Amino acid sequence: MSAENRPSFDGLEVGEVVAEREIELTRDSLVRYAGASGDFNPIHYNDVVAQQVGLPGVIAHGMLTLGQAASVVEEWAGPGNVADLQARFTRPIPVPNPGVAVVTVTAKVGALDPERRTARIDVTVDFQGQKVLGKAQALVPCA
Amino acid sequence: MPVNIEAVGRAYGPHEPYEVTRIKIREFADAVDARSFAHLSEEAARAEGYPDVVAPTTFAVVIAQQAEFHVVVDPEVGVDFSRVVHADERFTHHRPIIAGDLISSTVHIDSITQRGGISMVTTRTELVDADGKPVSTVVSTLAVREEAS
Repeated sequence: MSAENRPSFDGLEVGEVVAEREIELTRDSLVRYAGASGDFNPIHYNDVVAQQVGLPGVIAHGMLTLGQAASVVEEWAGPGNVADLQARFTRPIPVPNPGVAVVTVTAKVGALDPERRTARIDVTVDFQGQKVLGKAQALVPCA
Repeated sequence: MPVNIEAVGRAYGPHEPYEVTRIKIREFADAVDARSFAHLSEEAARAEGYPDVVAPTTFAVVIAQQAEFHVVVDPEVGVDFSRVVHADERFTHHRPIIAGDLISSTVHIDSITQRGGISMVTTRTELVDADGKPVSTVVSTLAVREEAS
């Protein structure tokens, strides 16, 4: 955490949306994430394998979704300023070929700790009207 | 073969240190759409108060997943990787990861619970820098479906 780039605590309100982004996931996004992360589980690029294990087809890496969500929080918090991040992966995001899976990330102030000057940011990732992450929370130290 | 609950408490590592490079941070930042220039340029990172390019929030997974692989391939734990889905993940950063860091990892099996034909395997990977100081703690749960009988 760098003390120089933290967001200001004063003026924050519980319920306030601090950042929002619409993301388009394609097979290209999945291949790119596989390479960058080293997660080469074939359910993220091979439809036959995905169907063999009971999935409708290729799905996005849960960690790609969480990584994208973190980037939305970070855009507000400043790079390197998310001290803690957690989520449950509750619903897969099938990514068509060809085509696009559109998800919306919303980052909202969930709780404020005036003593520590930290903000808990609650993140929702919505795909086709349903949440794909459970208890997605980030802790951000503020100035 | 079901997951062996007696594997709880096992630890693997420390593994050979992972060298964090600028190019890997850039690649990862592109993949998760992290848009700050502090992930790309040393100059921009300095302006944000960092000595070099800073990694995005979930970059630690690159190192943690390599460590977790030692659990998955241990035949005495008995995880069938083709039956695995990722159930949850948590990052606690003691400090941000910076280009140039040499990071060692040790992975611990913290818990295994079994219910309704699914084993939940929770691992905790501790990342430390070259001085042995804590960098990040990564807790990850895999859900492993047992074979239908």
